[in-house]
Amino acid sequence: MCLAIPGKVLEISAENASLALVDVMGVRRHVDLGLLEDDRPAPGDWVLIHVGYAMSKISEQDALEQMRTLEMLGEREGAMQEVRGYGLEEAPGKTPATKSPA
Amino acid sequence: MKYVDEFRQPELIRKTAEEIRRVADPARQYHIMEICGGHTHAIYRFGLKDILPENIDLIHGPGCPVCVLPMGRIDDGLAIASRPGVIFAAFGDMMRVPGTHGSPLEHKARGMDVRIVYSPSDALKLARQNPDQHVMFFAIGFETTAPSTALTLQRAKKEGLRNFSVFCNHVTIIPAIRAILDSPDMRLDGFIGPGHVSTVIGCRPYEWIAKNENKPIVISGFEPLDLLQSILMLLRQLRAGEAKVENQYKRVVTWEGNPAALRAMADVFQLRPYFEWRGMGFIPESALSLREEYADWDAERRFEVPGIRVTDPKAAQCGEVLRGVLKPAQCRLFGNECTPEHPVGALMVSAEGSCAAYFSYEHRKTELTTLNAPA
Repeated sequence: MCLAIPGKVLEISAENASLALVDVMGVRRHVDLGLLEDDRPAPGDWVLIHVGYAMSKISEQDALEQMRTLEMLGEREGAMQEVRGYGLEEAPGKTPATKSPA
Repeated sequence: MKYVDEFRQPELIRKTAEEIRRVADPARQYHIMEICGGHTHAIYRFGLKDILPENIDLIHGPGCPVCVLPMGRIDDGLAIASRPGVIFAAFGDMMRVPGTHGSPLEHKARGMDVRIVYSPSDALKLARQNPDQHVMFFAIGFETTAPSTALTLQRAKKEGLRNFSVFCNHVTIIPAIRAILDSPDMRLDGFIGPGHVSTVIGCRPYEWIAKNENKPIVISGFEPLDLLQSILMLLRQLRAGEAKVENQYKRVVTWEGNPAALRAMADVFQLRPYFEWRGMGFIPESALSLREEYADWDAERRFEVPGIRVTDPKAAQCGEVLRGVLKPAQCRLFGNECTPEHPVGALMVSAEGSCAAYFSYEHRKTELTTLNAPA
């Protein structure tokens, strides 16, 4: 239930600054950065992900250790299944017809 | 400890285990509660009990959201979803949890539109994709998960998406700890504090446990070394006669928590006056409901909810196990009437529940080679 899955931020969505493409153990998924709006991660940063939302920024070393922990807990498969299940898409169908600079 | 050499820093683990033996007073019995279900799972999985001295007793707390959810709430959620045009969306953990007339999965087999989602955002996406249907997200979880539901609701409101609602079962950990400390047969010496809940709430909300209840609490990570270090920190406090909040999981948990997550929760949720916990009864101000501003997205306001109450089976002794009065195997139903395949009590429902964890790992203990503890 309370799986926290480490991932590396690859890029921030151009249309939605609170959406990022994240590499999680080789799987690329969109992850919501809304809970880190006070301390936004940049590409290259590592985050802990829970139910599709990045919860906290962590160091690369801690991220790798967290992957090991998931492995040891026998939860790697569950974590991968969760991540593969994320269907978050970019700019959820409400991109305005004319792009007005904010 | 089959895996001790596979653990990171096995030497440090052995040293920490030795230090625990040195610091623990052999003349006394220690009762330490790990609050979080993830810790319970890790403790069994890693076989940590085998390297702890026998006078340290780990008691498994209420921090498994699936376990503590009363069956009546599942029945209520399924009752809403039995209306035509309603899609029942929930995390995979919920799918096999029994309601009075079967689990969500069994309802799906009987024709209910039940979908597994891995994120509350995906339930929202489902609503966008199915404008002619209503998507009800069955939300569970402690403060780890509640902020994600909050952000999802903020988005639904911003988008004006009206075919989406949340059936909110989010609970908060602090009142559950208070209920355990208030129980007359309580005999705990200290707490291993939850790791991921604390990334959200920080360490401050635990201060009363130290100040008013005079019990030490150490927020812990999930690796074997984390848990052993946390136990050592607790023993040192107990030996020095101290009661403090300490943070062993500093690499992830800050003292103040995650302010953006707390803001989102405060914007969307309010405390319920009381909420029922399986195995623990009604606990005041222990759960969240949606604020008036989010009434349009609140399944409990939008639909008629039967308000089903299913009393915990009398023979199941979940409450006593939760408070550490009984070990899982001492419950009269354990292993015969109550098993992970056919759970009767709350703690057998999810793999993170203490009875299910005990059942899965202690029953296979012969497979594990015990680390020879230094004499």
